[in-house]
Parts: sequence; C-alpha cells; structure tokens
Amino acid sequence: MNQFIEWISQPWPWYVAGPMIGLTVPALLILGNKAFGISSSLRHICAACVPAGIPFFTYDWKKEIWNILFVLGTAIGGFIAMNFLANPDTIVISEATQADLKALGLTNFSDLMPLEIFNWDAAFTGKGILFFVIGGFLVGFGTRYAGGCTSGHAIMGISSLQWPSLVATIFFMVGGFFMTHVLLAPLMKLVGF
Amino acid sequence: MGSIADPNCVAPNSSQTKDKGLALLKYVLIGTVFGIVFVKAEIISWFRIQEMFRLQSFHMFGVIGSAIVTGIISIQLIKRLNIKSIQGEAIVIPTKEFKKGQVIGGFIFGLGWAITGACPGPLFAQIGSGYTVVLVTLVAALAGTWVYGRFEKYFPN
Repeated sequence: MNQFIEWISQPWPWYVAGPMIGLTVPALLILGNKAFGISSSLRHICAACVPAGIPFFTYDWKKEIWNILFVLGTAIGGFIAMNFLANPDTIVISEATQADLKALGLTNFSDLMPLEIFNWDAAFTGKGILFFVIGGFLVGFGTRYAGGCTSGHAIMGISSLQWPSLVATIFFMVGGFFMTHVLLAPLMKLVGF
Repeated sequence: MGSIADPNCVAPNSSQTKDKGLALLKYVLIGTVFGIVFVKAEIISWFRIQEMFRLQSFHMFGVIGSAIVTGIISIQLIKRLNIKSIQGEAIVIPTKEFKKGQVIGGFIFGLGWAITGACPGPLFAQIGSGYTVVLVTLVAALAGTWVYGRFEKYFPN
C-alpha cells in the first residue's frame, strides 16, 4: 500500500492525465446524459444566488445542480490530492520558462504557484487586483460570452467534432499567447514587479 | 421558469430523468477524480500554463490533445454502438452553433487564462488544494459571468 501511495504521489504524466480527463466525457454521458462543461457552473451559481430578474439567469438552475456538485467534487479532489497524495519533490519547471519569468520579476519557483502572487497579503494590492480580480473577471466574462471553456469547447466540443468549438479553442489560445507575450510584462511592471 | 433559454450556450442537461438524493453523488465522485487528476498532473499550476503559452513544455498540449483524442473515440463508440445512458435514454450530444462570441469571448477568456493560470475547472481544484486566495478569483469570475448575463444584449453575437 505504501509503495502504491508513493508511486501515485509522483506527478502524473500527460498520457495518463489526458485520457482520464477525456473519459469524463463518456462518464457523464453514460451515467446521466450530461454534456461535460465547467464554466456553466458559474452561470448556475449566479442564477441561484443573484438572478436579479435577468433573463439570462432565470431558469430552473436546480435541474443543473449536478454541474455545481461536479465542481464541488473537483475542489474535494484538489483537497485529497494535496493532503494525501502530494508529490514530495519540488515541482520541475522548464528552465526557459524560469528564465523568462525571472526577467518579469518572479523569484520563487518551488511551488505549483508563484507564492509571491498567490497569498492573501498580495490579494488586496495591485498584484491581487491584476492576478485575481481582473484575471478572474476575464475568465468568467470570456467563458460565458464564448459559451464554454476548455472543458465545454476544447474537450466536449472538439470531441463531438463541432467546428465552432475548434474556433473557440483557437481564440482561447490566441488570447493566452497575446497576454503572455505582449501584455503580461507591462502589466506586471505596473503592479510593482 | 423553464430550462436554460439558450441550450447552445451551456453544458445542457439532456436527461429526462431527474436525479435525486444519492444519484447525485456520482457527479461529486466524477468531479473528485477530475480534481485529483488536475492536481496530480499539475494542471492547476500557474507555471504549467505559462510553459504552455511560451511553448516551452509539451505537457499541457499532451494533456489537452490526449483528452480530446480520448473524447473523440468515446463519442464515436457511443454513437456507433448506440450506447444508452444507464437510465436507458438515448444519449444526446448537444450541437454548438457558431457565434461571434466564440471569437471575441474566446479571446477574452484566453487573456484571463494566461493571467490567472487557470480555466474554470482548475480554479475549483486550486481552492480545494489550499490556495484559498483563489476564492477572490472565483468571486471575480462569478462577477464576470453575471456582468455578461446582465448586459448580454449589448454584446455582438
């Protein structure tokens, strides 16, 4: 058992993780006739908490409760993996990426996240406003406008061979490249890196 | 109050059967496995997303690519073998129609993905993993979703 835990605690390679994520598609279809998609959960939470009479949020969200339970499970999975199956070694980040990020002012590469950003002290400074408030807003707004995120479009949509999802995925990547290579450096400078 | 007004816009629930009580637990369990994979393959890592957008690691491309291949094979099998859901229903694969939002909204989401290092799934896994400050990101993402819904008619689509 100990050996199993040790083995499973190593970082999982892409060829294990990718197929497991892909299997979520048939699992949801076969177990409940549900189409895989995560960003919808944000809409359902809005519909449940602050519908404010807006037509976009006026529907029977209780019928979609499975989607909220799914993301609740995702958080529980994060807790289990981090507390019981954590990788004992330091994360290995590409040298080239480290060099690029050092040039932007990051110094700590020992964790899954850059700890100089992902802490509560940074939350209410310029850094927090950029990385959490603005970043989060763009994720929520953009996914809803696009009608889905990486799961709903890139995985579920492309898996069912729908070209609009391929278009959406291409623009997810275009936006990400543009932010990473053009906007990120000046924005980080602006918030004090 | 019917079901969702725009079925192309969400992960629709095509099931005719209403899941109740313990039947709902299976979605928590699938989500849990999903969350474990996200952490163990380091998909929740802000650094892995930076590596991807800087084309300095194959990892994330491998994850997304092999997930899609697995999804394609699974859906083809379901269609060709006419597999039914466990409730005995014909499985419905929702059709997505092309809209301008997939371009404009997709681009906007991409900007946010590169800043936060997370698409919506990993957001929840990050919070569960103990990066509680990501709750701020989640609230901001809910605000973004709400603002889109509130002013939907003003955005070209």
